[in-house]
Amino acid sequence: MTTSLKEQPLKRRPVYRNIHISQIISYRLPPAGWASILHRVSGALMFLLLPFVIWMFDTSLSSEVSFDQFRSVFVAGALGLPGVIWKLVAFALIWAFLYHFCAGLRHLWMDLTHSVDLKFGRISALAAIGVSAVVALALGFKLFF
Amino acid sequence: MSTSFGSRRIVVGAHYGLRDWMAQRATSMLMAIFTVVVVAQVLFGGPLDYYRWAAIFSAQWMKVLTFVVIVSLMVHVWVGMRDIWMDYVKPVVARLALDVATIVWLVGCAGWAIQVLWRL
Repeated sequence: MTTSLKEQPLKRRPVYRNIHISQIISYRLPPAGWASILHRVSGALMFLLLPFVIWMFDTSLSSEVSFDQFRSVFVAGALGLPGVIWKLVAFALIWAFLYHFCAGLRHLWMDLTHSVDLKFGRISALAAIGVSAVVALALGFKLFF
Repeated sequence: MSTSFGSRRIVVGAHYGLRDWMAQRATSMLMAIFTVVVVAQVLFGGPLDYYRWAAIFSAQWMKVLTFVVIVSLMVHVWVGMRDIWMDYVKPVVARLALDVATIVWLVGCAGWAIQVLWRL
Protein backbone atom coordinates (compact mmCIF):
# COMPACT_ATOMS: atom_id res chain seq x y z
CA MET A 1 0.00 0.00 0.00
CA THR A 2 1.35 3.37 -0.93
CA THR A 3 0.45 6.57 0.80
CA SER A 4 0.51 9.77 -1.14
CA LEU A 5 1.89 12.94 0.36
CA LYS A 6 -1.62 14.27 0.77
CA GLU A 7 -2.68 11.46 3.10
CA GLN A 8 0.26 11.78 5.49
CA PRO A 9 -0.52 13.71 8.66
CA LEU A 10 1.16 17.11 8.78
CA LYS A 11 4.22 16.93 10.99
CA ARG A 12 4.54 19.83 13.38
CA ARG A 13 7.89 21.40 12.60
CA PRO A 14 9.60 24.06 14.70
CA VAL A 15 9.30 27.55 13.32
CA TYR A 16 12.13 30.03 13.73
CA ARG A 17 11.28 33.68 13.37
CA ASN A 18 13.03 36.91 14.16
CA ILE A 19 12.30 37.65 17.79
CA HIS A 20 10.40 40.78 18.62
CA ILE A 21 11.88 43.43 20.89
CA SER A 22 9.26 42.58 23.57
CA GLN A 23 10.49 38.97 23.68
CA ILE A 24 14.11 39.84 24.39
CA ILE A 25 13.87 39.31 28.16
CA SER A 26 12.04 35.98 28.03
CA TYR A 27 14.05 34.55 25.11
CA ARG A 28 16.67 32.05 26.22
CA LEU A 29 19.82 32.53 24.18
CA PRO A 30 22.57 29.88 23.96
CA PRO A 31 26.10 31.06 24.92
CA ALA A 32 27.02 31.64 21.27
CA GLY A 33 23.95 33.86 20.99
CA TRP A 34 25.10 35.88 23.99
CA ALA A 35 28.58 36.13 22.49
CA SER A 36 27.08 37.46 19.28
CA ILE A 37 24.78 40.10 20.75
CA LEU A 38 27.41 41.24 23.28
CA HIS A 39 29.91 41.65 20.43
CA ARG A 40 27.42 43.98 18.80
CA VAL A 41 26.50 45.83 22.01
CA SER A 42 30.15 46.36 22.98
CA GLY A 43 30.95 47.62 19.47
CA ALA A 44 28.03 50.05 19.44
CA LEU A 45 28.99 51.30 22.92
CA MET A 46 32.55 52.04 21.81
CA PHE A 47 31.21 53.77 18.68
CA LEU A 48 29.09 56.09 20.86
CA LEU A 49 31.94 56.72 23.30
CA LEU A 50 34.51 57.36 20.55
CA PRO A 51 34.69 61.14 21.28
CA PHE A 52 35.39 60.32 24.95
CA VAL A 53 38.19 57.95 23.89
CA ILE A 54 39.76 60.60 21.65
CA TRP A 55 39.34 63.20 24.40
CA MET A 56 41.33 60.87 26.70
CA PHE A 57 43.93 60.36 23.94
CA ASP A 58 44.14 64.16 23.49
CA THR A 59 44.35 65.31 27.12
CA SER A 60 46.59 62.48 28.32
CA LEU A 61 49.15 63.14 25.56
CA SER A 62 49.10 66.84 24.67
CA SER A 63 50.95 68.33 27.65
CA GLU A 64 51.81 67.83 31.29
CA VAL A 65 49.07 70.33 32.23
CA SER A 66 46.41 68.52 30.18
CA PHE A 67 47.63 65.21 31.62
CA ASP A 68 46.82 66.54 35.10
CA GLN A 69 43.40 67.71 33.85
CA PHE A 70 42.86 64.20 32.44
CA ARG A 71 43.61 62.67 35.84
CA SER A 72 41.47 65.14 37.77
CA VAL A 73 38.34 64.32 35.73
CA PHE A 74 38.35 60.83 37.27
CA VAL A 75 38.82 62.22 40.78
CA ALA A 76 37.14 65.63 40.96
CA GLY A 77 34.69 65.05 38.11
CA ALA A 78 33.71 67.16 35.08
CA LEU A 79 30.62 68.55 33.32
CA GLY A 80 28.70 68.44 36.62
CA LEU A 81 29.28 64.71 37.04
CA PRO A 82 31.40 63.31 39.88
CA GLY A 83 34.66 61.47 39.19
CA VAL A 84 33.18 58.09 40.03
CA ILE A 85 30.71 58.39 37.13
CA TRP A 86 33.62 59.00 34.74
CA LYS A 87 35.38 56.01 36.24
CA LEU A 88 32.26 53.94 35.52
CA VAL A 89 32.28 55.19 31.92
CA ALA A 90 35.95 54.23 31.65
CA PHE A 91 35.15 50.83 33.17
CA ALA A 92 32.36 50.28 30.61
CA LEU A 93 34.89 51.09 27.87
CA ILE A 94 37.45 48.71 29.37
CA TRP A 95 34.92 45.87 29.44
CA ALA A 96 33.61 46.69 25.93
CA PHE A 97 37.12 46.73 24.48
CA LEU A 98 38.22 43.52 26.21
CA TYR A 99 35.06 41.67 25.29
CA HIS A 100 35.10 42.90 21.68
CA PHE A 101 38.79 41.90 21.48
CA CYS A 102 38.15 38.36 22.79
CA ALA A 103 35.05 37.84 20.66
CA GLY A 104 36.98 39.15 17.65
CA LEU A 105 39.81 36.66 18.24
CA ARG A 106 37.14 33.95 18.45
CA HIS A 107 35.82 35.01 15.03
CA LEU A 108 39.30 35.12 13.50
CA TRP A 109 40.08 31.68 14.91
CA MET A 110 36.84 30.28 13.49
CA ASP A 111 37.55 31.85 10.10
CA LEU A 112 41.12 30.55 9.97
CA THR A 113 40.48 27.00 11.20
CA HIS A 114 36.84 26.48 10.11
CA SER A 115 36.02 25.55 13.74
CA VAL A 116 32.30 25.92 13.37
CA ASP A 117 30.83 22.97 15.26
CA LEU A 118 28.38 23.48 18.14
CA LYS A 119 30.77 22.38 20.86
CA PHE A 120 33.52 24.80 19.86
CA GLY A 121 31.01 27.61 19.40
CA ARG A 122 29.69 27.05 22.90
CA ILE A 123 33.03 26.68 24.67
CA SER A 124 34.71 29.58 22.88
CA ALA A 125 31.69 31.83 23.54
CA LEU A 126 31.88 31.09 27.27
CA ALA A 127 35.68 31.57 27.19
CA ALA A 128 35.39 34.98 25.49
CA ILE A 129 32.76 36.17 27.98
CA GLY A 130 34.64 34.72 30.97
CA VAL A 131 38.19 35.83 30.12
CA SER A 132 37.11 39.38 29.26
CA ALA A 133 35.05 39.61 32.48
CA VAL A 134 37.96 38.46 34.65
CA VAL A 135 40.47 40.88 33.06
CA ALA A 136 37.91 43.72 33.12
CA LEU A 137 37.23 43.12 36.83
CA ALA A 138 40.97 43.08 37.58
CA LEU A 139 41.49 46.38 35.74
CA GLY A 140 38.32 47.77 37.30
CA PHE A 141 39.68 46.93 40.73
CA LYS A 142 42.86 48.86 39.86
CA LEU A 143 40.75 51.76 38.56
CA PHE A 144 38.49 52.10 41.62
CA PHE A 145 40.73 51.05 44.55
CA MET B 1 11.63 41.41 -10.90
CA SER B 2 10.08 43.89 -13.33
CA THR B 3 9.22 46.29 -10.51
CA SER B 4 12.59 46.37 -8.74
CA PHE B 5 13.94 49.50 -10.44
CA GLY B 6 13.24 53.23 -10.30
CA SER B 7 11.29 54.28 -7.24
CA ARG B 8 10.67 50.60 -6.45
CA ARG B 9 14.36 49.75 -6.44
CA ILE B 10 15.29 47.48 -3.52
CA VAL B 11 18.18 49.13 -1.70
CA VAL B 12 20.53 46.25 -1.02
CA GLY B 13 24.21 45.50 -1.45
CA ALA B 14 26.25 45.62 -4.61
CA HIS B 15 28.49 42.59 -4.05
CA TYR B 16 30.69 44.43 -1.57
CA GLY B 17 29.95 41.91 1.19
CA LEU B 18 33.14 39.86 0.83
CA ARG B 19 35.32 42.96 0.48
CA ASP B 20 33.86 44.50 3.65
CA TRP B 21 34.16 41.19 5.50
CA MET B 22 37.85 40.98 4.54
CA ALA B 23 38.38 44.64 5.47
CA GLN B 24 36.84 44.05 8.89
CA ARG B 25 39.14 41.06 9.53
CA ALA B 26 42.28 42.79 8.25
CA THR B 27 41.65 45.96 10.28
CA SER B 28 40.86 43.89 13.38
CA MET B 29 44.24 42.17 13.14
CA LEU B 30 46.04 45.53 12.79
CA MET B 31 44.22 46.88 15.85
CA ALA B 32 44.97 43.72 17.84
CA ILE B 33 48.69 44.06 17.01
CA PHE B 34 48.55 47.75 18.00
CA THR B 35 46.93 46.79 21.31
CA VAL B 36 49.71 44.30 22.08
CA VAL B 37 52.39 46.87 21.11
CA VAL B 38 50.90 49.60 23.36
CA VAL B 39 50.27 47.27 26.32
CA ALA B 40 53.82 45.87 26.08
CA GLN B 41 55.29 49.39 26.13
CA VAL B 42 53.06 50.42 29.06
CA LEU B 43 53.85 47.33 31.14
CA PHE B 44 57.62 47.25 30.57
CA GLY B 45 59.74 50.31 31.26
CA GLY B 46 59.11 51.48 34.80
CA PRO B 47 56.40 53.62 36.40
CA LEU B 48 54.06 55.31 33.95
CA ASP B 49 54.08 59.12 34.17
CA TYR B 50 53.24 61.73 31.55
CA TYR B 51 56.71 61.73 29.99
CA ARG B 52 56.88 57.98 29.46
CA TRP B 53 53.29 57.90 28.14
CA ALA B 54 53.96 60.75 25.68
CA ALA B 55 57.30 59.22 24.65
CA ILE B 56 55.52 56.02 23.58
CA PHE B 57 53.51 57.94 20.98
CA SER B 58 56.24 60.38 19.92
CA ALA B 59 58.40 57.71 18.24
CA GLN B 60 58.00 58.05 14.47
CA TRP B 61 57.25 54.36 13.86
CA MET B 62 54.60 54.49 16.60
CA LYS B 63 53.03 57.58 15.00
CA VAL B 64 52.81 55.79 11.65
CA LEU B 65 51.37 52.66 13.29
CA THR B 66 48.85 54.73 15.27
CA PHE B 67 47.84 56.59 12.11
CA VAL B 68 47.24 53.29 10.31
CA VAL B 69 45.22 52.07 13.29
CA ILE B 70 43.06 55.23 13.36
CA VAL B 71 42.20 54.71 9.67
CA SER B 72 41.65 50.98 10.29
CA LEU B 73 39.35 51.75 13.20
CA MET B 74 37.18 53.99 11.06
CA VAL B 75 36.86 51.35 8.30
CA HIS B 76 36.15 48.64 10.90
CA VAL B 77 33.52 50.70 12.73
CA TRP B 78 31.91 51.74 9.46
CA VAL B 79 31.39 48.09 8.44
CA GLY B 80 30.06 47.19 11.90
CA MET B 81 27.71 50.13 12.29
CA ARG B 82 26.38 49.70 8.77
CA ASP B 83 25.60 46.08 9.64
CA ILE B 84 23.69 47.26 12.72
CA TRP B 85 21.65 49.82 10.73
CA MET B 86 20.95 47.24 7.99
CA ASP B 87 19.67 44.73 10.56
CA TYR B 88 17.49 46.97 12.71
CA VAL B 89 16.49 49.98 10.61
CA LYS B 90 14.25 49.03 7.72
CA PRO B 91 12.95 52.36 6.29
CA VAL B 92 15.44 53.37 3.60
CA VAL B 93 15.32 57.10 4.42
CA ALA B 94 16.10 56.52 8.11
CA ARG B 95 18.83 54.03 7.24
CA LEU B 96 20.54 56.40 4.80
CA ALA B 97 20.31 59.24 7.33
CA LEU B 98 21.97 57.05 9.97
CA ASP B 99 24.63 55.93 7.44
CA VAL B 100 25.46 59.58 6.68
CA ALA B 101 25.47 60.48 10.39
CA THR B 102 27.83 57.54 11.05
CA ILE B 103 30.23 58.70 8.34
CA VAL B 104 30.20 62.29 9.69
CA TRP B 105 30.78 61.01 13.24
CA LEU B 106 33.65 58.74 12.18
CA VAL B 107 35.41 61.19 9.87
CA GLY B 108 35.13 63.88 12.55
CA CYS B 109 36.60 61.57 15.19
CA ALA B 110 39.38 60.44 12.81
CA GLY B 111 40.30 64.07 12.04
CA TRP B 112 40.50 64.91 15.75
CA ALA B 113 42.58 61.82 16.56
CA ILE B 114 45.02 62.47 13.69
CA GLN B 115 45.35 66.13 14.74
CA VAL B 116 46.27 65.01 18.29
CA LEU B 117 48.78 62.51 16.92
CA TRP B 118 50.49 64.89 14.51
CA ARG B 119 51.13 67.75 16.91
CA LEU B 120 52.94 65.53 19.42
